[in-house]
Amino acid sequence: MTWVNDHWGDIFTLARSHVWLAGVPLILGLLIALPLGWAARRWSRLYPVLISTSGLLYTIPSLALFVLMPIILGTKVLDPVNVVVAMTIYTVALLVRTVADGLGSVPDHVLQAARAMGYGGLRRFFGVELPLAVPVIAAGLRVAAVSNVSIVSVASLIGVPQLGNLLTDGYDRFITAEIIAGIVACVVLALVFDGLILLGERLLTPWRRAQVVRS
Amino acid sequence: MIASILEWLTSSATWSGDSGLGARIVQHLWYSLLAVAIAAVVAIPLGLWVGHTGRAKWLVTLANSLRAVPTLGLLFAVALWLGPKFSSDLAFLIPSVVVLVVLVIPPILSGVYAGVEAVDPAARDAARGMGMRGMQVVRQVEIPNALPLILSGLRSAFLQVIATATVAAYVGLGGLGRYLIDGIKTGDYVSTAGGAIVVSLLALVVDGLLALVQRAVVSPGLTGGTVGRSRRGRVLPEDTTATGEARERAMDGVRGPAGGMSEVGGTVDTPKA
Repeated sequence: MTWVNDHWGDIFTLARSHVWLAGVPLILGLLIALPLGWAARRWSRLYPVLISTSGLLYTIPSLALFVLMPIILGTKVLDPVNVVVAMTIYTVALLVRTVADGLGSVPDHVLQAARAMGYGGLRRFFGVELPLAVPVIAAGLRVAAVSNVSIVSVASLIGVPQLGNLLTDGYDRFITAEIIAGIVACVVLALVFDGLILLGERLLTPWRRAQVVRS
Repeated sequence: MIASILEWLTSSATWSGDSGLGARIVQHLWYSLLAVAIAAVVAIPLGLWVGHTGRAKWLVTLANSLRAVPTLGLLFAVALWLGPKFSSDLAFLIPSVVVLVVLVIPPILSGVYAGVEAVDPAARDAARGMGMRGMQVVRQVEIPNALPLILSGLRSAFLQVIATATVAAYVGLGGLGRYLIDGIKTGDYVSTAGGAIVVSLLALVVDGLLALVQRAVVSPGLTGGTVGRSRRGRVLPEDTTATGEARERAMDGVRGPAGGMSEVGGTVDTPKA
């Protein structure tokens, strides 16, 4: 505890960059995955292609992807952009499938009803399909958020500072308290992300609260 | 840059010797297999039991919530704690393998559990109606039906182990991670990138092979044969961190045909190292 008390400042600075490195890719990833997931739904031939491609991308170990980013992007090895892009790739890989499946979970009769009421094209997508797919997409987003927070800590091995630094530094200098502080901080951050997504989901799906009766 | 990486990858000096690329690949595979095998021995029976009896579901929730713990932290904590307790090379090997095993229990457990849980109750009832006992139902009905999800759990376990074993080079484990960790430390970008390319290829090959195994062993009755395109890949990724309720919600309406076989990318759902 003394270690923690002496280092609150450091912990907060590291936590702030951790939030950036894990959070920005989450938002970017969702923004990219939405049109891709929609396209996978719209043209059924695209579905297996997109799903396998994202599966292949997700297969690449994180440390390897971080290290390879400079070749692909032409950035410097220590540039945090490498981490942001790599994390965005993972997030898209996870979410494309979720978005496609979420949109697919909207019942046909609902779509027909929407069409009968004059909803078409983009309006139907944003007014009916997307809102109804929110629970599934949110579930995927939660998985991605927790996963991102954990993966970002690996970036301390390539010298991009965030909460993972507490882990590497604690290991290098045999300070168990620092490692534990790092683990706890990561878990807390993951829980905060998770809570925020749950909250967003609740706000976006007011009709679900009408059925609270379910045990 | 790319030229020198290719040169490094194709040079015979890189490949030969006890710490050459060939030996590192074998080491990496060996650690991965060892960890997945140990984890499977624990997690598969446990998952079958929880799924079959419906008891102790909190085990699955607990295992899933473990995933929020950063891999790197777990690795370092265990290495600091267990490392000094062993002499020689074991000091590096044992802590890493322990962490790898702990890490891959959750994906295997939740795969097995989700698979058994999703078995059509009618099939189970029919089996009982035909006079099958508990273990017979498990062996002849539940396992074959749950196979797609069990195998996709094993696939994500392998991917996770391959990724984490790379990181574990930082605490002294051998394997391909050596190239990345040592290369970063010495500023040798060529061997770092070369090692990264080889690990990535290894992960892709292992995943591809497991996908083939999956295709070969899963009953065609579950996958709808090779014809129906619309039936494939409809299973929603097993939810990981979320609670049972969220999973049910996520599963609502998307469950589709009993466990459609996933494509090459059927395992995109697990947090990884």
